[in-house]
Amino acid sequence: MLDDTVFWVLSALAVGSGIMVFRFDSMARATYALLLSLLCVGGLLILLGLDYLGVVIVLMMTIEMAIMGVFMVMYMMNPAGLVPMSMLHNKKGAAALCTGVFLLMALGIVLAPWPPRAGTAEEDPTRALGESLMGPQMLTMMTLGFALFSTIVATVLLATHRGRYDRLGDDLRARRADDPVPGGVGR
Amino acid sequence: MPEAAPLWAALVLPAALCLGAVAAAGFDAVVGGGAGRSGSGVLGTASAPLREGLRLLAQQRRTTPSADVALGRVGLGLVPVAAVLAAAVVPWGFVSVTDPAVGIVWFNAMEVLAWAAVWLAGWGPNSVLSLIGGYRFLAQGLAYELPHMFALTTAGLGAESLRVSDVVGAQQGLWFAVWMPAAFAVYLLSAAAMSYWGPFGYPLGGDAAGGAVAEYSGVDRLLLLGGRWLLLVATAAFSVPLFLGGGQGPLLPGWAWTLLKTAAVLAVLIAARRMLPVLRADRYMEFAWMVLVPLTLLQALFVAVVVLNR
Amino acid sequence: MNLELFLLVAAALFGVGLFGALTQQSVVMLMMGLELMLGGVILAAAAVWHHLAPASADGQVLVVVAITVMAVEMAIGFAVVTALFRAREVDMTDQAGDLSA
Repeated sequence: MLDDTVFWVLSALAVGSGIMVFRFDSMARATYALLLSLLCVGGLLILLGLDYLGVVIVLMMTIEMAIMGVFMVMYMMNPAGLVPMSMLHNKKGAAALCTGVFLLMALGIVLAPWPPRAGTAEEDPTRALGESLMGPQMLTMMTLGFALFSTIVATVLLATHRGRYDRLGDDLRARRADDPVPGGVGR
Repeated sequence: MPEAAPLWAALVLPAALCLGAVAAAGFDAVVGGGAGRSGSGVLGTASAPLREGLRLLAQQRRTTPSADVALGRVGLGLVPVAAVLAAAVVPWGFVSVTDPAVGIVWFNAMEVLAWAAVWLAGWGPNSVLSLIGGYRFLAQGLAYELPHMFALTTAGLGAESLRVSDVVGAQQGLWFAVWMPAAFAVYLLSAAAMSYWGPFGYPLGGDAAGGAVAEYSGVDRLLLLGGRWLLLVATAAFSVPLFLGGGQGPLLPGWAWTLLKTAAVLAVLIAARRMLPVLRADRYMEFAWMVLVPLTLLQALFVAVVVLNR
Repeated sequence: MNLELFLLVAAALFGVGLFGALTQQSVVMLMMGLELMLGGVILAAAAVWHHLAPASADGQVLVVVAITVMAVEMAIGFAVVTALFRAREVDMTDQAGDLSA
């Protein structure tokens, strides 16, 4: 009974605030509506028995959305939504397409002959996940690690506008790097 | 050893946390030489923060034009609420309000919620200085959070569990603070930093006319300033089960040891604030990224090797 | 609370996210749509794990992969927007159409 209530409240909040993301004029509100939606997804995961993954989603998405808010405010021309304006294109086509996709998925979900539950969950799913990632799924974990590492490198490369010639001079012989902000590895 | 707390503990917890915050703020006022009035005595000085809080309760709320009231209030309310939710996994003696299997991650998630809430509070009033305060904490918080997270992870690693009661149980005989000194020191530093308090008070700094609280008065101001003390008490209290053996100790019962150790950690933090110079934010951030992150990683590696050879 | 209900919620999240990703002109808003879609994927993976195959941890691993994809997507997305903004002072997809080969 309690679980049912929690499920319906979290689901309604997740979908409702997901819709509000694209209806708010204020970028800060849109970002935090998305955060609320993802926090509800985290809550639903906890409801499904995945305590660790649910709390990690809460932790990660909070950090992610807080940073996302900065970029939203930085790049959007109307971050506080004080002058409402529409920044959409192809609204009707997209709405039709998305309704179609949703209905198709819903049809599949309702009609598919889902198999019965096979086996029971381990007492501590977190331990099972850890042993799986450090055992049979080690390759997945390593791929994720490399993906994250290359993301860090690629992100810095894309986002910075200064190369080593800007920092160390044309012949790369400058003794002190010429950085706008002193410190770090450039000292 | 872990016991389930009765349901009324959930109601007592916020009150106890507030009591701790008032006591800590009072002690801070006494150590800091009082609120300025001479001849008010120790008791008068110690009760100054409490009186200030009551005064704020009665004060009128300030409004600014074109403010994002909803987001600002969400941010203000979230700071104390996140502190209380974080404190829910802190055991009193050997009993905590809730003892989930992922208590350590939960605690960290709630701290991060409070971190995001400061930006919301700064965004709310549509004012430059308060937004500067919010942005400051967003940037600095990242540098605080990473070493903090690794320090928390190290304690969980030593106990081979993310459940707080298991971490307490793993410290029978030897406290984690003894054989994970780096993680403990980083935890204490980041406990003050994550509650943007003392030398890390830039988000509410005087150089930005109060930063995130610049435009707030009355209850709003009380929520943010009081929430910060709640956060500090909660993080200080959590260092006890993580590194100082929780309620373990001779003679006295568990709850008394928890109380004593929490008070000691808080006293150290408050005294350190009066003895340490204010750190320049960019220097500390560089220190955090370049020294503390590798240091905590090495500490975690050391603990992992010890645990594997146990 | 059966599998179908969870999957329907996940499908709704996916649909709303898809709508955002298709209609928003700003790259940053487009990424919010992608995040919402991935949120739906996470929920679906977790529901399938719980209701169909709780004995193995593979469903959980899928959730971990989806979370990582979210982080990577956001980091790369912001880096691309930053590079684009530096070069042209724009953050709209319509003004970067010439980047598609």
